[in-house]
Amino acid sequence: MRLGLVIDLDVCVGCHACAVACKEWNASGTTAPMTDYQPYGAEPSGVWFNRIRHYEVGEYPNSKTINFPMSCMHCEDADCVTVCPTGASYKRAEDGIVLVDQTKCMGCNYCSWACPYGARELDRESGTMKKCTLCVDRIYDLKIPVEERQPACVNTCPAHARMFGDFDDPNSAVSIEVRERGGYALLPELGYNPTNQYLPVRKAKPIPTENLGKPGFKEKLKGFANRIVKR
Amino acid sequence: MHPAFSVIFFTVSSGAGFGLFALLYLADALKLGGGLSTNQLLIAGIIGLVLISAGLMSSMFHLANPKNAWRAFSRWRTSWLSREGVFAMVFFPFAVVYLGLTWLGMKEFETLRMLAGGMSMLLAWITIFSTGMIYGCLKTIRQWNTPLVPANYLLLGHFSGALLLLIVAQTGTVEVSSYLNIVLALLVFAAALKAIYYFWIANPGVVSTINTATGFTRARVKLLDAGHTHGTFLTQEFGFQVARQYALFLKAFVFSAGFLIPLLALFGMFGTLTSGLTIIVAIMALLGLIAERWLFFAEARHVVNLFHGAQRC
Ligand code: SF4
Ligand code: SF4
Repeated sequence: MRLGLVIDLDVCVGCHACAVACKEWNASGTTAPMTDYQPYGAEPSGVWFNRIRHYEVGEYPNSKTINFPMSCMHCEDADCVTVCPTGASYKRAEDGIVLVDQTKCMGCNYCSWACPYGARELDRESGTMKKCTLCVDRIYDLKIPVEERQPACVNTCPAHARMFGDFDDPNSAVSIEVRERGGYALLPELGYNPTNQYLPVRKAKPIPTENLGKPGFKEKLKGFANRIVKR
Repeated sequence: MHPAFSVIFFTVSSGAGFGLFALLYLADALKLGGGLSTNQLLIAGIIGLVLISAGLMSSMFHLANPKNAWRAFSRWRTSWLSREGVFAMVFFPFAVVYLGLTWLGMKEFETLRMLAGGMSMLLAWITIFSTGMIYGCLKTIRQWNTPLVPANYLLLGHFSGALLLLIVAQTGTVEVSSYLNIVLALLVFAAALKAIYYFWIANPGVVSTINTATGFTRARVKLLDAGHTHGTFLTQEFGFQVARQYALFLKAFVFSAGFLIPLLALFGMFGTLTSGLTIIVAIMALLGLIAERWLFFAEARHVVNLFHGAQRC
């Protein structure tokens, strides 16, 4: 098994719900707590497994805002595991999930240096490294209804921009989507072979902003109405 | 990268210590300049051990959870950080046996003494190399991912160690010119390599960009919002940036304090060199090396910065 996430960049609306749900679930999960520093103070900061960034791609008027969630990619060739001197970082043979054993970590930060995706964050309170667990304590929990045995981020995403599954199974939903929509990995040149894949933004016609031609009857009517109605 | 003082001190101090010890053994084995006296061997050896221990101790301050530090010896099969720890620890018994037998000075143990010394020299080399590889093996930081890095650590460790050995050599009756020559040769090699390194990092070549990081390779990509209100672990650890002017100034300091002034001082004083003067030169050079190490961290750009808006690394 090779469990991981697919993130549909065409669909993500950038609401940060996944990050919040992640924090909520994992605050009491296997690597808990997820410490906040000055949560109500002047410089709020803290540990998150999942962060959403926002980019502008292309130049105006053919530009697009793309919301970009990132968490641990559960890489196949995860240097974060090889460099760890204590053995706290490990990759599970049975499902490919990369985890940090909180009882072994000495907080040297070395694994975070080795991770190109910024997926690991040191918890200053516990002195140990924290990272996405793919909600390992949730996806295998038999007390949870079958359809909810998914990572918290996937469960909560209101836009359904996230998908969770087994990439080793060519018939799984994640494999099919990646195959059909040209899913890709980030920073492929570094050779980490991340499991998580991103679905590109679909091609959309640019919305014209110049040389719009003469307005039609409908536009004229709208313009007339706009002029006489006081707002 | 954020330059942590504990790590800077550790690499400079233990580098000098291991360099000193390896050269000490060589000088002893080759009877350089007529051979150091027992006292000199012991003093130099103890200085080396103190520097190494101080460095290792300082590296502990870098850990957020030091109570688990003992586990760091367990992954020597894959981790250079673990290897460094293991080799440094294996070094100590050999070094202590070598110094102990030197102190006892019994003829019947001479072979054993030389064997232990030879082993400690080898282990010193391997340990400095491992320290360099901790940085050299990271694919995420272009400025570190090069064989120049372990070579640099080896040469600078030996150069600073040789300076310290020269100070010790000057306190006795040995012919110091061969010790001086070793310092000068190492100085020239270390300075040349450092210059090559600075030229090498100035020209990025093919690197990861914000385009390969996001996968949008056909258009310009610009960060609109990093998604956090204040700094995060990532910005603290990887976001450090040194101003170009400041870096240039520091590079000038590295070369003048680290190499040029020592070179002129040692050359100029060839006949009249006193150990007091060499101490000043050594302090100067060590300050230069601390600046060198600070820059080594400050100038390293982790690829995670691409996700925070950097266009290339
Ligand atoms: S994304 Fe980073 S932390 Fe996760 S497996 Fe890959 S290298 Fe390790
Ligand atoms: S911070 Fe912890 S998990 Fe990361 S390399 Fe160090 S010991 Fe391993």
